[in-house]
Amino acid sequence: MIIAQRKPIPEILGMVAPYRRVLLLGCRGCVSVCSAGGDREVEILASLLRLGRQKAGQELAVVEAALVRQCDREYVESVDRWDGQYDAILSMACGVGVNFLANLLPMTPVYPAVNTTFYGGSAEQGVWTEQCAGCGNCILHLTGGLCPMARCAKSLQNGPCGGSVGGRCEIHPSVPCIWQLIHDRLERLGRKEQLLAIAPIRDWSAAGHAGPRTLVRDDLTL
Amino acid sequence: MADFSPDIRAFCCHYTAQQLCAEGVEQRRQDGLPDNVVIHRVPCTGKLMVSTLLAAFEDGADGVYVVGCPEDRCHNLMGSRRAAKRVGAVRAALAELAVEPERIAMFHLERGFHPEFVQAAQEMVSRVAALGPSPFKGGSR
Repeated sequence: MIIAQRKPIPEILGMVAPYRRVLLLGCRGCVSVCSAGGDREVEILASLLRLGRQKAGQELAVVEAALVRQCDREYVESVDRWDGQYDAILSMACGVGVNFLANLLPMTPVYPAVNTTFYGGSAEQGVWTEQCAGCGNCILHLTGGLCPMARCAKSLQNGPCGGSVGGRCEIHPSVPCIWQLIHDRLERLGRKEQLLAIAPIRDWSAAGHAGPRTLVRDDLTL
Repeated sequence: MADFSPDIRAFCCHYTAQQLCAEGVEQRRQDGLPDNVVIHRVPCTGKLMVSTLLAAFEDGADGVYVVGCPEDRCHNLMGSRRAAKRVGAVRAALAELAVEPERIAMFHLERGFHPEFVQAAQEMVSRVAALGPSPFKGGSR
């Protein structure tokens, strides 16, 4: 899922400073699962924003709401139901949700309340780790299912780099060297010879380096 | 500031607060519980939400505290630890808003009535009285 983290309160208060009425819009998708922007977080942030404004001697009306997802037009369009009740929207969805709202509402100021961080998984309660870089050209079948694009500090396709010490990354010693893990895993699986194949120079255009990516599924379009 | 009597809201675990609550107002006063502490008894402090604690400040509290079971002897196993984490989250949020984090606190106390329960209330009253009225009430305007 997409992992996000709430922005510092003073930064958010700065964004909404010109407004008296704000629609604080959560998302019940990924940001709900990683406890950054679901219904509960909407309630907390709304309270903090009101308190922040009260401290400054001003009032802020916060319309609290959450959509099933902010990355689907069919759900985002339902934002119309709060039309006229706010001066700006503060989205607690990932950046996709903020973009979708901005696309749909050309005359409405839309602000992000969270920092969209990475594609990750829940390692344990309250801890999330990056697992995928969304690079558009998956090589997990060659690397034992472990992604060097996301989990190697240098995104090496042919690893290890030679800098790892004791199985730890030289850039972040707290992180295991993913190429060490790939090596150990392939060895356990009896597929170590796979590491001898040299991966060709990568075409990064699939990773978004050639502009925004679009996916069209003819079987799904109407 | 000398005549400032802070509005203190206490959220107490049922098991920690039950004896005190059973005693009635007069007895509580005799025990030394300050009049300006309003006790909200909850089934388990682990059920308290961050938003509930923030709502107390929105409602005009100058200080808020939570009393739950000792960390390793919580009646509901992890409840008071969860509460402490949420109190910590509110402390961090108050700091972000440049408000004294000391306005909220967590106490882990044994079940039933005991002097420490009253001491915690007195401690919060004196701490918050020293800080002055909540800035959320317009004190910093």
